[in-house]
Formats: sequence, structure tokens, C-alpha cells
Amino acid sequence: MFEQAPLILAGSSEYDWLWLIPALPLGAAALAGVLHFLTLRSRGAWKEKPASHGHDAHGHADPAHGAHGQAAHGAAHGAAHEATHGAHGHAHGDHEVHADHGHTKVPAGIGALAPVLAALSMYAAFALALKGFFALKELGEGARVLRSTAWAWIDTGTFGIDIAMHLDPLSSVMTLVVTGIGALIFTYAAGYMKGDPGYAKFFAYLALFAFSMLMLVLSSSLIGLFVGWEGVGLCSYLLIGFWYQKNGPAEAGQKAFVMNRIGDASFLLGTFLLAQMFGSLDMAAINAGVPGSIAAHAPELFLAGLFLFGGACGKSAQIPLFTWLPDAMAGPTPVSALIHAATMVTAGVYLVVRMNPLFAASPTLLAIIGIVAALTAFIAATTALVQRDIKKVLAYSTVSQLGFMFLGLATGAWAAAVFHLVTHAFFKALLFLGAGSVIHGMHEEQDMHKMGGLKRYMPITFATFIAGAAALSGLPLLSGFFSKDEILAHTFAQRSPLFYALWAVGLLTAMLTAFYTWRMVALTFFGKERFDAAKVHPHESPALMTLPLVVLAILSVVGGALGLPIVFGAPHLLAEWLEPVTRSGTAILRASHGEHHLSHTTEWILLGVGALIAIVFAVRGFRAYVGGTARDLEREAKSPRLAAFLGDAWTIDTKYTSFVVGPVKLLAFVIAVVIDAFAIDGLVNGIAALTRGIGGRVRKMADGSIATYGLWMGAVTALMAFLFLWKR
Amino acid sequence: MSVPSEHLFILAVVLFAIGAAGFFLRRNVIVVLMCVELMLNAANLSFLAASRMHSLAAGATKPSLEGPTFAIFVIVVAAIEAAVGLALVIALYRTRQTVSLDAVTDLKD
Repeated sequence: MFEQAPLILAGSSEYDWLWLIPALPLGAAALAGVLHFLTLRSRGAWKEKPASHGHDAHGHADPAHGAHGQAAHGAAHGAAHEATHGAHGHAHGDHEVHADHGHTKVPAGIGALAPVLAALSMYAAFALALKGFFALKELGEGARVLRSTAWAWIDTGTFGIDIAMHLDPLSSVMTLVVTGIGALIFTYAAGYMKGDPGYAKFFAYLALFAFSMLMLVLSSSLIGLFVGWEGVGLCSYLLIGFWYQKNGPAEAGQKAFVMNRIGDASFLLGTFLLAQMFGSLDMAAINAGVPGSIAAHAPELFLAGLFLFGGACGKSAQIPLFTWLPDAMAGPTPVSALIHAATMVTAGVYLVVRMNPLFAASPTLLAIIGIVAALTAFIAATTALVQRDIKKVLAYSTVSQLGFMFLGLATGAWAAAVFHLVTHAFFKALLFLGAGSVIHGMHEEQDMHKMGGLKRYMPITFATFIAGAAALSGLPLLSGFFSKDEILAHTFAQRSPLFYALWAVGLLTAMLTAFYTWRMVALTFFGKERFDAAKVHPHESPALMTLPLVVLAILSVVGGALGLPIVFGAPHLLAEWLEPVTRSGTAILRASHGEHHLSHTTEWILLGVGALIAIVFAVRGFRAYVGGTARDLEREAKSPRLAAFLGDAWTIDTKYTSFVVGPVKLLAFVIAVVIDAFAIDGLVNGIAALTRGIGGRVRKMADGSIATYGLWMGAVTALMAFLFLWKR
Repeated sequence: MSVPSEHLFILAVVLFAIGAAGFFLRRNVIVVLMCVELMLNAANLSFLAASRMHSLAAGATKPSLEGPTFAIFVIVVAAIEAAVGLALVIALYRTRQTVSLDAVTDLKD
């Protein structure tokens, strides 16, 4: 192994329990999968057509519907459903199919064990993550690494990859977030998904996701990380398309998978480049090797970093690969909360922080990241302004906040990015779960224009949602305020024209964030009730769902304590904890840029500006929409083109469809018709025709007459004898 | 010195030609088999003649045994061939009630 010697890593067998952290969810996933097949068998669903899964509860409740043939099921379902259960308003809520609104319930049976197993495994993994945290804490500051090598996966003498768990302060933070928030969301999902025919399967996928995510954050090598990276991508695909009987979720899943694949190809290129440069894929070895090779290999380092950032763009939904994330909202809401807000989409941020010396080595790369991040944050925030679907608002908000994290990374504020990652995981998971609770209580309605006045019906959801919204919009002293302002302060402190511009874009985005967040709150919980009270009876969700909301709300409020600003005089706990990981990248930046510190006055001013715009725009957003949807409708009537432009995320996705998807489809058509049917089939069929032709002629020789056979035999023998003798 | 070797070879060629002609032209399986025997014996004759010619040219008092040895092998093979061939003829006659080659062209096409 290349330059493994200078890294003194802790002994192997002592920390073998680290393997239990990902192994527990994996075991739960396997058991839940078995339970799923058992429930299928007990319901006799083996012979059933899959198309009837999502609907059978409705089908039983409506005898007339049962008469329709399977082929007409989908279309007939819509019509019959509107007539008999119009209250459900499937116009927008077409993702969520539940069977627990007074219809016949699918007997949960042993499938009900699956969430128990999965949640228990997550709580146990959380306990182990805590154990890891305290074990790290006991070690000296310079030696905070726990490592457990299982086996050498590849060992070719000059190049090797170990399968190893690597727990350091950064992966410890990620593990705590994944298992902690994961456990809460598993609990919530047990209530949310109740009655779904795929109850056990859902938890199998979810636990498999947790396993992959933990492999991602705990692996010691880039290849191990990539295994987890692909695993979470697969689970994301499976869970977005969980209600695969419908076109929307199935297509959204495929879109997410394909978009991610583009990023993954880039990631692999970066990995190959690093393997070639450093002869190792161990991340600690690469990070140790980067400072020494900056002088000689700056272009290669830039390229490797750019490729890795391409992978991060795919996974973390940055321009140009962000369009899959809003579509991913077709999945069940707990999935949106866990995968598409709190954990998986932050994998890109984790990757950059993990490889921080590599990224710090190239100022150009950091500038590119900064521009991409600021653009993503701004475009997504403007799109969130006009969305009507509550989950779409949150989805674009997630894209925007991920942009903030990358903006932090671009300034070398590694700890600030992780800080925002953690607080965002708290409040965005909370908001998604709250939105899920609202959707649940509104009988699968997602259009905020058809909500309003819900605070009366769902007090707990309302209170917790307010906490999450306040944190997201950066109201002073809540978690989002500190993390967002730290990133903006670092951007400001770069003292370059580019970063002043990025700071301005960031500030503008923060205004928009406050505005759309409180627009969402006002439209959902305040104002007149815009639903048909005769048909929809909003209700508070069960305790299984509200308890995680309460816990996350508390975390969202007090989470800021992890990283208080310097001017507060309190220590920045997270930055201190992550210092061993970020030291190397920070040192490189310091050597190339010099040190930038803001004076206390400037910092107070920046904090004040942040607080002021958050409050002002939160109030404006709330005021504009507390009365109802009039403002939206007015805007749409006044400038329909602008509204359509914003609503479609600056038509980026539409452009992809016409400029990328169209040509690719055309190319596929050309290949199918011209190259495949003409060239390849022509070649294969030509060879066959040639053989047949020759055979047809040759077989004339065999006319059944012994004399002819004898003649051929004699002639050929004579020919051979002649050739043999003639050579002499 | 009685018969010159050339005469023996000419006889062998004549015998082979008669056998070959019969093999190609006759339709009766038994006759075709007999023609094959004729060709084999023409070959035997040329073996013996060549053996005699070469030993005489070398000045030996007795002919060498190489030619006769080959002839004996050929006789053995011919006997086996006759046995198998006649067995085929009998089998053919039992199934088709004929021994004409014109009637058994089933391998055509």
C-alpha cells in the first residue's frame, strides 16, 4: 500500500463493533423483506396482478368498480373514485394511496413487525453511534480515529483496497444524524404507512437505505464510499417509485436514477484519477498525499476535484443535475424527509468535506463550486416562491439550502457547511414530516391552495411546523439562523469581488427563503378554509407521527447551540469537534489565500442584517398570504409568462427535455433503425444467408447415388495423391 | 526371368479399371461389392509386383516380405468389408425387397 506507513491508525479488532452500525439496519432490511413475502403469501397475492395493489382497498369498498376489467383499472378507478369518494381530491394527491380512511383495511398481520424491527435496529445503531462518539471523545485530539479493517479487498502489491470502517469526528457527526433522524423518521413512517399493502416492503427498503448511507459515511476508501453511494441511489430509486403502479412515481424514480448515474460516472472518473495519482483509494492516504503534490500536480488535482464535485452535483441536486429532486417528491413523504432532505442529498457535502485538502488545493475549483452553489440556491428559491404543492416548495427549498451548504464549502468553511447540513437535517426533516402529517390529515391533498386554516384542526403539527419554518427562514436565535449566517459571513470574509457577488446572491436567497417559507405557513395553516368541509375532515395525526415532530422541533430550535458565532463568546462546538478533519484543507487555504478575519463589528452588522431581512421577509410573506391565495392568482394573471417560468424552475428541465432527452431519443431511434436493424442485423443475417446459399449448392453433391459418392471420393483421393506426389 | 514386371502392373491397372467401371456403372449391390473386391485385388497385385521388382533390382535371391505383408492386411480388410457389405445387402433386401442401388437414394436432399 502506498504511503500507508505515516498514518498511524488504531488497532483493528478492538473496534469491530463499528461494523454493527451498518449491519443492524441490513439485518432488519433482510428480515423485513422476508416478512413482506410472508404477508404476500398470507394474502394470496402471488397470483394477483400487481396493478391492483395500490387500489384494492378502494376496489372492495365500491362493488360497481369491481366489475371493471383489470385493463381498464387505472382509468376506471379515477372516475369511480371521484364519484364515490370525491372528498379525496386525487387531482394532486395522486401519489399517496392509503387504505385507512374508512375503507376496508388490509390486515397488517405479521407485516406490522417490520417497522418495529427496522426502528429498533435504527435506535440500536444510534446507541452505537453515540458509543462511537464518546469513544472518539476519550481519545486525544490528534488521534480521534477508530478503524476496523475487515479484509483486504484488492491487494495487487502496488495497489490495494481495504474494506474498513473509519470513524472520525466527521463520520461520527454524519452517523449520529443518519441514525438519529433515521430512527425518528422510521417511527413516523410506522404511523404514516399503516395500511399500505407494501408496509413490510417499505421498511425493508428504508432499512436498506440506512445501511447504504451508513456504509457511505463510514467507509475508509473512496470505493467503499462509492458502494454506499450507489446503494443509496438504488434505494432512492426504489422508494421514489414505491407506488410503482402509477406512472408518476415510476418515472420519477427512473429520472432520479438516470440523473444520478451521470454524476456517478463523473465520480468514478475522479476516483480513477486519484487512484492513478496516489496509488491508493484510501481517503486518509489521499488527503495526506495532497499537500505534497500541489506544486507539481495542480492541474490533475483540479480535474480530480472537479470530477468528484460532478458526482456531488448529481447526488446533492446542484445545477446542472438538480432536476430529479423535485420529481422525487412522488415518493412517500417519510422518504422525502429522510432521503431527499436530511441524509442522502447531503452525501455530496460530506464527500467534499471528507476530501477537503483536495478541494482546497484548487482556488479555481472552489470558485466554480461557489458559482454553481449560489446559482442553485437562488434559482431554486425563486422556484419555491410560486409552487402550490407543499412538497414541491420543500423540495426546491432543499435544493436551495444544499446550494447554501456548497457555498460554505466554496469558501473553505467546512465546519459551517456541516453545521448547516446538521441543522437543515433537523428542520427540513421536521417540515417534510409536518407536511406529511398535513397531507395525511387532508386525505392526500398536497395543493396549498386547497388548504388553509388548518391550525385549528392540527395543533401539534401546526406548532412544530412553525418551529421548523422559523428555523428554515433563519429567524434569530434558531438553528437555521446561525448556520446560514455563518456561511454568509464566511463568504463575505473572502474579500474578493466574486465572493462579494456570491454573498449578495446568498443574501437575496435568504430573503426569498423567509418569504416562501412563511407563504407556505400562511397558506396551509392560516386564513379561510379553502377545502370543502363537507367532504374533507382534517384531523390531527396519531401520536406515533406527532412524537417525532416534537423531538425534531426541539432540535430545530436549540440546534444552533452546536455552532454559536464567535462574537457570542461561546465556543463553536462543531468546528472544534471537526477540526482534526478540516485542519489539512484549512491549512492549504491559509497558505494560498492568507487569513481572513472579520472584525467583531462587521460580524455583528452581518448578523443584524441577516436577522433583519429574515424577520422582514418572513412577515411580508406571511402578510401577503394570510388572507388567502389572491396574491398568487393576481400575479399569475398579471404576468403569466413569468409565473410559468418560475414555476418550471426557470424551464431548465423543459430545456433538458427538448435539448438533451429529445436528441438522445433521436439518437436511440437512429441506432435502433439504422445501425441495429440495418448494419448489425444485416451483417448477422448476411452471414446466415451466405451459409445457406453455399449449403444449398453443396448439398446437390449428395444425390443419394453410391456411384456419385464414390466418384467424389476417388476424385479427391486422386487430387490429394497428385498434390502429394507432385511436391516431391 | 519369366514375366516382366510391367506386364504385372498393366494387369493390375486393367483389373482396377474393370472394378472401377463396374463400381460406377452397375446397379446391383452384390456386383458393386464384387467390383470393390476386384479393385482391392488389383491393389494387392501391384503390391506384390512392386515388391518383386524392387527385390530383383537390388539383386536379392528371395523377394522381400514387405509387399506380401501389405497384401495380407488388405485381404483381411477385404474379408471384413465383404462380411459387413453382405450383411448390409441382406438387411437392405429384408426391408426393401430389392438389391438395386437405384431404389436406395434416401440421402438425397
